[in-house]
Amino acid sequence: MNPSMTLTVNGVKRTIEIGDPRLTLLDLLREHLDLTGTKKGCDRGQCGACTVIVDGRRINSCLALAISHDGADVLTIEGLAQGDRLHAVQEAFITHDGLQCGFCTPGQIMSAIGLIQEGDAGDDPERVREGMSGNLCRCAAYQGITAAVLDAQKALAPASRRKVA
Amino acid sequence: MKTFDYVRPLTIRDAIAAASEPGAAYLAAGTNLLDLMKGGVSRPDRLVDITRLPDLDRIEDLGNDGMRIGALVRNADLARNQAFARHYPAVAEALLSGASAQLRNAATVGGNLLQRTRCAYFYDVASACNKRDSGSGCDARGGDNRLHAILGWSENCIATHPSDFCVPLVALDGVVEIEGKTGRREIPLDSFHRLPGDTPQRESVLEPGEMIIAVRLPAEAAHFAAHARYLKVRERTSYAFAVVSAAAALRFEGGMIAEARLALGGVAPKPWRAREAEQILAGKPAGEPFFHRAAEVALAAAKPSGDNGFKIELARRIVVRALSLAAAGTPQRLPALPASPFAAISGDAVHA
Repeated sequence: MNPSMTLTVNGVKRTIEIGDPRLTLLDLLREHLDLTGTKKGCDRGQCGACTVIVDGRRINSCLALAISHDGADVLTIEGLAQGDRLHAVQEAFITHDGLQCGFCTPGQIMSAIGLIQEGDAGDDPERVREGMSGNLCRCAAYQGITAAVLDAQKALAPASRRKVA
Repeated sequence: MKTFDYVRPLTIRDAIAAASEPGAAYLAAGTNLLDLMKGGVSRPDRLVDITRLPDLDRIEDLGNDGMRIGALVRNADLARNQAFARHYPAVAEALLSGASAQLRNAATVGGNLLQRTRCAYFYDVASACNKRDSGSGCDARGGDNRLHAILGWSENCIATHPSDFCVPLVALDGVVEIEGKTGRREIPLDSFHRLPGDTPQRESVLEPGEMIIAVRLPAEAAHFAAHARYLKVRERTSYAFAVVSAAAALRFEGGMIAEARLALGGVAPKPWRAREAEQILAGKPAGEPFFHRAAEVALAAAKPSGDNGFKIELARRIVVRALSLAAAGTPQRLPALPASPFAAISGDAVHA
């Protein structure tokens, strides 16, 4: 097995000694790279708190074996803001109160970015809800989350939809 | 999680050699396998990572030979492939009704066929389970079993196969391409999964080291495209496994049903093709009288394996509803909630 692997995380290429093949991508981000914005909720693919964007697609990082993603490009919540300027989806979550306790929020925001990029939901709230059903919010801020996603989608012009991240 | 060796072969031949050793398991996305490993349900000694194998991520239009889907194609990519969704809309609908967007972005075609049951007793290593630990018994028999099988089960195992994708696939005569040490072979999906009988630990016909290379759908299956639906009852609106599901596909000639296809999900240890019910419908007009007869026939052999007698009547109703939806026509665009029973039977015919 490879003692080390490379990842591009939020635009920066990293070489990581992982030591143990059991490491998930989630644990690699949190424990090896100190990127604790990505949350560990259920750790079993049921809650979506660990959602990150890998090679342009939103996935559950808790169900991704790190070593299997050697060479991948990963975008996490820490990679969204440009200095003090928040990403449009982050802004929209604040504007629409798309959170209460905030634990699920990084996963919600990364999932929303993935959803907008996939381009399937349009301005239909039902399609947004369906597309976000892999992200649970136990504070039940779902109304705000749906409004935020719809609003952010509008803010991100269709021309830039393919590359909102 | 038990530790394991990790290998990442670059050719199919090397992968098969590495996975033919006892204790080896193939890893693709790992969305099911890693979950099982975290729970100690699966304890492989070696993971053979097949994600870098060449050419297994293609969706090929073979013209008169239908379509061929590589084993590593992600569920979301297949559902969004325009040619595929146009030819086989019920398969696309089933794919989009399964799991969550994140999981569909990762999970593969081959992995979907090989995913394990979600029986809670299989997942709980403190429970007796003949599938996980052969000969240990089945705690589901006297346990919480309202969601368990009503068809094809045995005294040794009453678990269901959880796939949505496999249900329309088996209805449409999907074929599984397999490669192993002795070369390639192919087998109808309907014969790929085994019924539990006395050996519930053996879930498919795969021999040690054999891997799924691709799944094929015949060109004839696209003749149902104008009237093909998947319908799935869940315990919540989205992101849940089927309590009962059905894929229904009809081909009309001169206003009558020329040919029907029907399969059920969530009811049996494998995707359950209902061939006798299909035959009832051939040459008949679309409508509830014959749909009810087909439903009776489809569930004729069903019996409860526990507190799940309700699933038999539920399955009959889902069959009638799925056939009605198929008769109404494949919608122009997949509904906001794919396969949801909360949609009206309207359906704009689009494909023909």
